[in-house]
Amino acid sequence: MKFGKIRNKLNLKTIHAETGIEDLNVKTACGADLMSDVLAFSNAKSMLITGLTNPQVIRTSEMIEIKIIIFVRGKKPLEETIELAKENAISLFMTDKPMFEICGKLYNLGLKPEKLVKIE
Amino acid sequence: MKSKKIIKDNIEKRDFASGGEVSSKLKSKLRKLGINNKDIRRCSIITYELEMNLIIHSEGGILKASVSSEVITIESKDKGPGIADIEKALKPGYSTATDEIREMGFGAGMGLNNVKKFSDDLEVDSKVDEYTKVKAIVKL
Repeated sequence: MKFGKIRNKLNLKTIHAETGIEDLNVKTACGADLMSDVLAFSNAKSMLITGLTNPQVIRTSEMIEIKIIIFVRGKKPLEETIELAKENAISLFMTDKPMFEICGKLYNLGLKPEKLVKIE
Repeated sequence: MKSKKIIKDNIEKRDFASGGEVSSKLKSKLRKLGINNKDIRRCSIITYELEMNLIIHSEGGILKASVSSEVITIESKDKGPGIADIEKALKPGYSTATDEIREMGFGAGMGLNNVKKFSDDLEVDSKVDEYTKVKAIVKL
């Protein structure tokens, strides 16, 4: 699904949008507040839904090539988080809704959970 | 096989603002070397967890990485405080981190466990009040 459609359906507020991000095809998403779990389980090129707003969220996303982050519960990222996102071409959006609701809506829209990565 | 040093950086204790910078640098160097995406991803995760560990837990230390045609070696060495029970530290969920660290999305006891999970070979050596040395090998 095109991210532009997701943004409209979920009524997301744009914090920083990279050119062309609305055309990115999003198939799966990952919802987590624990960065080590995002690192361990998330697939590359997914979308992250989180309540954490510090710059480590961007670093974590950079490591595994997440291009879109949605901040939930009305949390606005710190200025340095936004700057780091721009440097790394990561788009940021926010919503007042809780994580559970956003994940539920995404699921209803047809997004699938990620296949958990296991490299043993 | 000759190995080439690609990263050697000092990490300061509690320097959260820089957390991830060295891993980010390593990632772009590995990409320039033409390493495959899966192994870049493994190395990035390992380095990032070790870098955050140095910042969160240590008195400061060094993060190093080298690459040969067969393996990538990632090493961290710090100035203490050391790990009393390494076996315990490697268990998922075991953590000595404070609430402040947890609020940052870390400190859930998954760090070293992630390092182990994404490396092919891991050595952890530590002496309480002196040092902790971690050596992770990623086979290409």
